[in-house]
Amino acid sequence: MYFDLTDEQQAIKSTAHDFLASRFKSERIREIAAGASGFDENGWKEMAELGWAGLALPEEWGGQGLGTVELAVLFEEMGYALVPSPLLSNTIAGLAIAAGGNDEQRQRYLPQLASGELLATPALMDAGVPAEPGIFAMAAREDGDGVVLDGEKTLVMDAASADLFLVATADGRRHLVEQDAAGVTVVPEESIDLTRRLSSVRFEGVRVTSENTLPGSAETYFPPVFSRACVAIAAESTGVAQRALDFSVAYAKDRQQFGRPIGAYQAVSHRCAQMLLETENSRSAVYGAAWAADAEPESLPLAASMAKAYASDAGWRVPDAAIQVHGGIGFTWEHDLHFFLKRGRANAAMFGDAKWHRERVAEAVLARETAAANA
Amino acid sequence: MDLTLSPSEEEFRDEVRAWLRANHPGPEPEAGLDEVMSFRREWQLKLHEAGWAGISWPQEYGGRGATMIEQAIFAAEASRQEAPAPANVLGLAMGGPVVIAHGTEEQKARYLEPILTGEEIWCQGFSEPESGSDLASLKTRAVKDGDEWVVTGQKVWTTFAQYAKWCMLVARTDPDAPKHQGLTYFLMDMEQDGVQTRPLVQITGEGEFNEVFFEEARVPDENVVGGVGNGWAVAITTLMNERAGLAFGAISQIQNSLGRLSKLARETPSNGGTAADDPYFRQRIAQLHIEVETMRLNAYRGLTKTMQSGIPGPEGSLGKWQWADLNQDLTELALEIEGAYSMLARGSEHAVAGGAWQYGFLRSRANSIEGGTTDILKNIIAERVLGLPRLR
Repeated sequence: MYFDLTDEQQAIKSTAHDFLASRFKSERIREIAAGASGFDENGWKEMAELGWAGLALPEEWGGQGLGTVELAVLFEEMGYALVPSPLLSNTIAGLAIAAGGNDEQRQRYLPQLASGELLATPALMDAGVPAEPGIFAMAAREDGDGVVLDGEKTLVMDAASADLFLVATADGRRHLVEQDAAGVTVVPEESIDLTRRLSSVRFEGVRVTSENTLPGSAETYFPPVFSRACVAIAAESTGVAQRALDFSVAYAKDRQQFGRPIGAYQAVSHRCAQMLLETENSRSAVYGAAWAADAEPESLPLAASMAKAYASDAGWRVPDAAIQVHGGIGFTWEHDLHFFLKRGRANAAMFGDAKWHRERVAEAVLARETAAANA
Repeated sequence: MDLTLSPSEEEFRDEVRAWLRANHPGPEPEAGLDEVMSFRREWQLKLHEAGWAGISWPQEYGGRGATMIEQAIFAAEASRQEAPAPANVLGLAMGGPVVIAHGTEEQKARYLEPILTGEEIWCQGFSEPESGSDLASLKTRAVKDGDEWVVTGQKVWTTFAQYAKWCMLVARTDPDAPKHQGLTYFLMDMEQDGVQTRPLVQITGEGEFNEVFFEEARVPDENVVGGVGNGWAVAITTLMNERAGLAFGAISQIQNSLGRLSKLARETPSNGGTAADDPYFRQRIAQLHIEVETMRLNAYRGLTKTMQSGIPGPEGSLGKWQWADLNQDLTELALEIEGAYSMLARGSEHAVAGGAWQYGFLRSRANSIEGGTTDILKNIIAERVLGLPRLR
């Protein structure tokens, strides 16, 4: 029993922390957020050079072969620094190809994804049906040696910078579609989170040859990828919460009212204590689930849902509380807090919201307890 | 990172599990507190004979010298199997560790063995009517008289004082010193005329705790622990021990309660199905499971940290706070699931589950007060973990 980062994991954390703190200062994040695409090419190149793009991809396909704990460490720091980056979407698409692709597909895409030359993003949710995990509407119409896709994917992360879409269809398959394929149109949306852009992607008679359809049903390989995506985004939200807490504690020590630092008043200090509780709970749930992903896969689905449910709430409630601690200045565009609130709030709704994951938890624990009662 | 037990820890857990299964005395008597206490005395003797009393104590003092993980395993397993508490829970968790840490050789020789056997029950004389959270303001006075001290004052919320032979008493020995420095930690013999106890009836109708009155009660000099004027530091050790020891047992206990809550939900009609099918209750039940799991994982993280640094940190306050909240949320939800029948209590024919949840609901109100109020814990977290300024 040892529930802490190893020296190697600690090294990943401090490298990431220092690098991100030096590269993504407030002014830079604001520049990227205000840009047309929201994509920071130089930043991406540097992260790729650090090996982050392939952190959790297998070594034989050019990745670093590290585990979900290391991934969580990295994404916690990405959230802490609030980096606008396609790292999350690229990581998830890569993990899906690694899990469900055949060797030819892995060889074709993974080394390029791991090196950062190629960017991929999942395109899962469909317009016109409930935007929940596992609900897919897009049809894959058989057409000779391949399929034709028609429909509209929504809430696609980082679509503008993506070279490759991992597209889900209602028949349970996943297809790899390049952005420049005929019939693909990216339509940017206005996302509340300016540091992670969302788009709709229209598919009009898009032909996918069979070599670009992952073999078999995604049900056989996608659930653990989805769970790890939940852990990664929950880790990011934990970092978001930690940063909002740090802002608040620093401000509460500094800001004076009625002749004292406001942090001396219990209305403020107890709010900060609550923020700490939620941040630490979130972190524990995330690393418990990350550990399960690497060491105890049978408990991953429940652990991942617990982590995602908890971090979904904490990821925006803690920045929300931080705004209250800051008072008026916290409500200004000039202060960075609103970016954290917005990222936390958007993360809460991505990959299943807290309610969706709590229902998965209820399903699992009630079934387990019924089984125990009947035994 | 490794959240599994090592083979030797697993072996230890299996040994604990098997012993508890074979020796579990069954549920506690439902009659009065006297019956419960003699049941617990018997149980503690059994624990002691098998070497399970004082498992955290060093072997030279009659303990098992168990590692922190083994202590955690034992506490978790005992709660999981709903083993009774030992009669002398305060002596084992606080009195013994304090004597071991701060006591003289004579004190160790005199006090430790009867704590382990349960022959002598201990209670804790800290809180006073006017000194609750602000413990260091306490007024009970001890005045030197030859080689004795004469104690006058009043303590309150003294659990099991009516059964106790010894009281861990903190009294003011120097009224002129700053408030934290004028205190001394004594072992007070409760069996004397100068000590009177009066039970306080709790909102559950029970009387676990008491008021204790000292009127010129006598303590010999040799019963000072840790030196005159050093009472605050000694008392703090006991409080740290209290928190460190509680976590893992408390988590297993709450996991058991969650199991019972689900059973209640499955057996209670709601909205044309059962409460376990009702999306509202499912969300609430799931949230409790999630938070209990985060509490368990926090405790593991805390344990890892404590093993590295040697002392439990103020983060333990987070766990106690969370435990209190969860116990309260859980019993509140149970009453909500019971609906109108939640109005019926123990002893009523139609009370659900024999009125156990009504009792639990009422008893858990104390969870955010006993052993450090949640409000004070938040102060501790704000000041010592977050480094926020003190108001005082």
